[in-house]
Amino acid sequence: MSSNLGLTLLVPVMPFAAFLLLAIVGPLRRTGRGAGLLSIAAITISFAAALIVWTQGFVGERTWGWIPADGGPIATVGVLVDPLGNAMLVLVTLVSLLVQIYSLAYLSDERPAALGRYYTYQSLFVFSMLGLVLAPGFLQMFVFWELVGLCSYLLIGFWYQRPAAARAAVKAFWITKLGDVGFIIGIVLLWSATGTFEFAELFEKAQENALAIPGLATIMFLIYLGAVGKSAQFPLHVWLPDAMEGPTPVSALIHAATMVTAGVFMVTRTEPLFALVPEVLTLIAWVGAFTALLAATMACVEGDIKRVLAYSTISQLGYMMAAAGAGASAAGFLHLLTHGLFKALLFLAAGAVIHAVGTNDIFRMGGLFRAMPQTGIVFVVGTLALAGVPPLAGFYSKEAVLGGVWEAHLMGPFLMLALTALLTAFYMFRVVFVAFFGRAHAGGHPHEAPWLMRGPLWLLAALTVLVGIRLALGGAEGHEETPAWLPPLSVGLALFGFVLAWVMYQRGAIDPARVAAALTPLDYLARRRYGLDAFYAGLYRGFILGFSRLIGWIDRYFVDGILNVLTALTLRAGDSLRRIQSGRAQDYVYGVAFGVLLLFVWAQLWR
Amino acid sequence: MIGLSSYLVLAALVFSIGLFGVLTRRNAVGILLGIELMLNAVNINLVAFARFHGDLTGLIFTLFTISITVAEVAVGLAIVIAIFRVRRTVEADRLDLLRG
Repeated sequence: MSSNLGLTLLVPVMPFAAFLLLAIVGPLRRTGRGAGLLSIAAITISFAAALIVWTQGFVGERTWGWIPADGGPIATVGVLVDPLGNAMLVLVTLVSLLVQIYSLAYLSDERPAALGRYYTYQSLFVFSMLGLVLAPGFLQMFVFWELVGLCSYLLIGFWYQRPAAARAAVKAFWITKLGDVGFIIGIVLLWSATGTFEFAELFEKAQENALAIPGLATIMFLIYLGAVGKSAQFPLHVWLPDAMEGPTPVSALIHAATMVTAGVFMVTRTEPLFALVPEVLTLIAWVGAFTALLAATMACVEGDIKRVLAYSTISQLGYMMAAAGAGASAAGFLHLLTHGLFKALLFLAAGAVIHAVGTNDIFRMGGLFRAMPQTGIVFVVGTLALAGVPPLAGFYSKEAVLGGVWEAHLMGPFLMLALTALLTAFYMFRVVFVAFFGRAHAGGHPHEAPWLMRGPLWLLAALTVLVGIRLALGGAEGHEETPAWLPPLSVGLALFGFVLAWVMYQRGAIDPARVAAALTPLDYLARRRYGLDAFYAGLYRGFILGFSRLIGWIDRYFVDGILNVLTALTLRAGDSLRRIQSGRAQDYVYGVAFGVLLLFVWAQLWR
Repeated sequence: MIGLSSYLVLAALVFSIGLFGVLTRRNAVGILLGIELMLNAVNINLVAFARFHGDLTGLIFTLFTISITVAEVAVGLAIVIAIFRVRRTVEADRLDLLRG
C-alpha cells in the first residue's frame, strides 16, 4: 500500500509543487518559457505516475482527519484510488500534458510574464482537478470543485484586457456558482442526516438500506444541481459557449476534456447514492438528453468554429448525463474518456486553424485542407470519432450510451439522443466541408502549425484510433447486450448526417439558406440560443437589480434615516447643553455650592 | 460661658458671608476677599475645637492655615494684576474665555 500510495500522491503533488514554485518565485514565473518547461516537467512526472497507477490497477483508500471533533474528525482529506479514478487520472494528466506542450507554441507571442501566469494557473488547475478525482468524500470534492471553477475563471479571463473575455469569465463563474450553491446545500443536508461526508461510509449505508432519510430525493437533486452547473446542463449551459473567449488550449483542457466532465464524474462516483432515487435519475436522463438535442441544434447554425465545438461539448455532456441517469454510468464514463480524447483533439486542431487563419469564423476559412493537410487529417479523425463512425473511439462509447438508455426503457431520451447523433454528424461535417474543403476565402497564407502543436494533435488522433480499435477488439465491457439493430442505426444516422452536410455544403445541391427559410422558427430560436441568454439577462436586470434597488432604497432612507435622526438629536442636545458652560468661574463655584447644599439636605432628610 | 456651638454658628455665618461674596462680587479682588472670609471661618472652627477639646493640634494647624492664606492672597493678587494687564479689566463676568 505504502509505495502505491506514495505514487498516487505524487500525481497531484507534482503540479501543486510546480504551482507553488511559480506562484512564489516571481522571477522564475516571469521567464515565461522556463515556467512552461517547469510546469510541463511536473505534469510529465505526474502523467508517468498516473500511468503506472492505472496499469497496475491500484485500489485503496487513505484518509487523514481534517476537522477534529469529539467523536472523531468531522471531515477527512485523502486519496481514493479505484479503477474509475485511475482512468480519470490518466485522462486528466495526459490531456494536460499535451495541452501544456501545445500551449508553448500556441501562446508563443505572449509576453513572458503572461505566459508564466498562464502556466501557473495551468498547474493549479491540474492539481485541483486531480484532487477532485481522488477525493474520498464530498467535502474534499467540493473544495477542489470550487478550485477548478476558480481556475476556469482565471483562464477564461486570461486575456482580461478584452472586455468580452472578462465578461465571459465572470459569467462562467457566476452561473456555475448557481449550481454549486445547490451542491453544497445538498452536501450539508446529507451530512446532517447521515453524519458523514465519506463516500465509502455513505455507500455502505446505501447498501444496507440505511439511507432511507426523508428528503433524500431532494438532497440528491441539490447535489445534482452542482453537476448541472459544472457540466453545462440545461438550463445552466449558457456559460460554456462564452467560455470560448479563453485561449483555445484552455478550452480544450478545461471546457472539453476535464473540468466540465467533473459533473459527470461526480454523478458516476456517487452512483450508489443516486441509484436510491430513481426519480432523480430519470430527471437526469431527460435533462441530459434534452441538453444534448438543444445544444446540437444550436451548433448547426453557429459560424464560430470554437463555439460549434463548445455546443458539441454541451451536447456530448448531455449524452454522458443521460447515460448516468439511465443507470448506465459505465457507458457514460466510457464516453467521458473517449470524448475527452477526441474533443481535446478537435479543439487543438481548431486552435491550429485559428492560429494559421486568424479568425474563428468558418465561412471566412475554406480550402484549408490543401494548405494544412496534417491538421485537416487529424480534424477529420476527430470529427469521425465525434460523429460515431465505427473503428473510432466515439462510436463504441456512443453506442454504449444509446444502448444503456434503450435498456432503461427511456424512449423519450433515446429518441432525442438518436436525433442528436444525426445532428452531430451534420454539424461537424458542416464545419469540415466549409472550413477545410470548399473554396478558399482566407486571406494571408495559412500554413501548417509548428511541430510543438502538431505533435499533440497526432498523438491524440492516434489514441482516438487506438482506443477505438481496442474497444472494437475488447468489445463487451461496458455494454453487455445492446440490441443488434443499434450499431447499424447509429452508423446510419451518422452517415445520413454526413450526406446531408455533404449535399448542403459541399455539392451545394440544397441551398442552406433555403433550408433555414423552411425551418424559420427553429432557425430563429437556435440563432438566438433559444432566448436563454436574454432570459438570464432579463432576470438579472429585472429581478436582481430591482431587488438591489429596493434594498438600496431601504438602506438609504430607512436605515440611514434612523441614524440621521439619532445624530441630529445628539447634535441638538449638545447644542443646548453647551449653554451651561458659561466659562465664568463664579457660575461653576455656584454649581459646586448648590450641589453641596443639596447633599446636606439629602443627608439630613434620608439618613 | 459661651459654648462651642456659638463659635460654630459664628464660623458658619462668616463662611456663608464669604461664599455669598465669592458668588456675587463682580470684582476679582472682592472674590479674593470672600475667599479670605471663608478660610477664616475655618480657622475659627479649628481654634474653637482645639480650645474645647484641649488639643493643641488645632492651634498649630491654624498657624499653618494663616501663613498659607497669606501666600495664597499674594499669588491671587498677582494673578489678578496679570489678568488686568492683559484684559484691562478684573470684572469676573467678562473673564469667560472658557465659554462653551
